[in-house]
Amino acid sequence: MNELLVTCTGLTKRYGNKPALSGVNLELGRGRIVGLLGPNGSGKTTLIKILCGLLQPTDGAVTIDGQPVGPYTKSIVSYLPDRMYFADWMKATDLFDLFADFYADFDRAKAMSMCASLGVTPSDRLKTMSKGTKEKVQLVLVMARKAQAYLLDEPIAGVDPAARDFILNTILTNYNEEGTVMISTHLISDIEKVLDEAIFLKDGQVVLHNGVDSIREQEGKSVDALFREVFRARNYEGGNF
Amino acid sequence: MDWHFTEDRPIWQQLTEQITLLILNGEYPPGSRLPAVRELAAQAGVNPNTMQRAMAQLEQNGLAAGSRTAGRTVTEDIDVIRAARLERARAAVSQCLRILEELGYSRADALAIIKEELHDE
Repeated sequence: MNELLVTCTGLTKRYGNKPALSGVNLELGRGRIVGLLGPNGSGKTTLIKILCGLLQPTDGAVTIDGQPVGPYTKSIVSYLPDRMYFADWMKATDLFDLFADFYADFDRAKAMSMCASLGVTPSDRLKTMSKGTKEKVQLVLVMARKAQAYLLDEPIAGVDPAARDFILNTILTNYNEEGTVMISTHLISDIEKVLDEAIFLKDGQVVLHNGVDSIREQEGKSVDALFREVFRARNYEGGNF
Repeated sequence: MDWHFTEDRPIWQQLTEQITLLILNGEYPPGSRLPAVRELAAQAGVNPNTMQRAMAQLEQNGLAAGSRTAGRTVTEDIDVIRAARLERARAAVSQCLRILEELGYSRADALAIIKEELHDE
């Protein structure tokens, strides 16, 4: 087992001429909960999709558990996409069958008990579920795997604040202790206290990567407050109308 | 137990303070077993590593002892608990006096106000 779970070196992704990631260098250890924080369009989803093997980098290299992205890394990465990709006629139990077929580390019993504690009826069809409930089903699928890296793209955006706490608690109590969880979001104040580390992504570059406690110690303010400072929107300054 | 966190300081420090309070006020009596780190972390909704750090600090302060495998217990040394309690009390009183001073009261006036308040209760 490799000490570093994830490494990125000079990682660059361009969509045509448009850069999404520019020379990202990143190292992530094990047993950590990491916040991937940045405003819309900063490259969060692009980075996660490259780690999952859904996108090819334009330049640079990625390793997960010492291996380049491929069948092995896909077997140890559990990915929560930012949108639903399942057919809506399926029941949650159909999805459990699918995941049990695809992933050796999927724990069906755990998925069922997580459904019970999240108040999801697994025999319901997806199309009868509310947006929040669907998100919970997706989260169950992802967290019921005993993976090494959990990459969660906006896991709390679609649910109400009470359900948010519940979902964060589910993540906290269900992640594998040697596994690392990466959560991308811009809802920082909600997740700050569950994080070990924060990564700030700005215009496709890592502008900060530090422990949450170190940030508070050094800056005397919360990660949320620091984020607002780093990413403060500039007032529109030009032009006569 | 309600957990409260302020923005300006590391969360582990605030956890240490709040668990310390539970030891000082007898919620966790001397010699009793403290809940496991994971359990406490889930209760407070914080990262287990953060809770681990808070507990390590508690050990360093002499209020708890034990290992991760055998579980942690509150110290049986009543003197340590008493001393920590007195220290907290002193800090609270000096904070109170500082506020009264900022309001422009002399020490004598401050004492008079405190006495008056005690009689009211």
